[in-house]
Amino acid sequence: MFTDHKEPNYMAVFFALAILTAVEIGVIYLPIAKFVIGISLILLALVKAALVALYFMHLKFEKRTLGIIALTPLLICTLLIISLLPDLTGTKHESKREKAAQIEKPLAELP
Amino acid sequence: MSQVTTHAVEAHESPLTPESWGKLGMWVFLAGDAMTFGTLLAGYGAIRAGALDWPLPSQVLGITLTAFMTFLLICSSVTMVKGLSAIKHGDAKKMTLYLGLTILGGAIFLGLQAYEWTHLIHRGMHLSSNPWGNYLFGTTFFTITGFHGAHVTGGVIYLAVIVLRGIQGKITQEKASLVEIAGLYWHFVDLVWILVFTFVYLI
Repeated sequence: MFTDHKEPNYMAVFFALAILTAVEIGVIYLPIAKFVIGISLILLALVKAALVALYFMHLKFEKRTLGIIALTPLLICTLLIISLLPDLTGTKHESKREKAAQIEKPLAELP
Repeated sequence: MSQVTTHAVEAHESPLTPESWGKLGMWVFLAGDAMTFGTLLAGYGAIRAGALDWPLPSQVLGITLTAFMTFLLICSSVTMVKGLSAIKHGDAKKMTLYLGLTILGGAIFLGLQAYEWTHLIHRGMHLSSNPWGNYLFGTTFFTITGFHGAHVTGGVIYLAVIVLRGIQGKITQEKASLVEIAGLYWHFVDLVWILVFTFVYLI
């Protein structure tokens, strides 16, 4: 029923996660470019997520089939982000809510 | 004879043994669920990237409180693995204690989220508007944290059922996989929060 593996050092994983969370909080106040802060935060989050999946969810000790299942959403999400690149890098604009309301009003008054 | 040997080898190498079907099923479900969260976060990124007047979340949302909530979920993941370890060694009493602590962590998390939402709503943040900028800021915030909160609620109920069955003596060392599968769900909810915390609160 269980793959016989040595129990990982859960407390070490816990301390790593706690320290990385503290680092994340520290990073947002660093006087460096916003872009660099963003990239660092994403990397830190991915490391934390990997720690949870590999050790708490035992993915490191499981058979490969489960690993492939776990990696599938990661692959599809990467494709999703690639397909969203035009939106992610396109021109920015103000929220058009007020303008939309102005346009909708005369339309609503039509018979 | 050779057939028997082949079968035994297959059962060992493949996760498709009757004992691990539950685990396999949970992983397939979690992969699908991960896609839902992935889509929500990717959509959030696309909306935010196109907005000039997006507020800086770390300035308008309470980072200290949510950092504590993150810490709380990490702690509850540790009690979860301790509970699984206990039942694997046949200690059902210790398992119910640790799972009880996990439920407590989840319940406190939900309480803090309710407090946070109430506070933000009183400050004028709604699904369709907020005082700080782009109106979709509130929409995406409540949708993503709400969807995650619903998962935590589901997890608390799930674990409560396991604990109740543990108290009734229905979860033994042989049925430890029930705890393992519940744990997978709980750790996944923790994992997703790590990402939500980064994308919705920190960046």
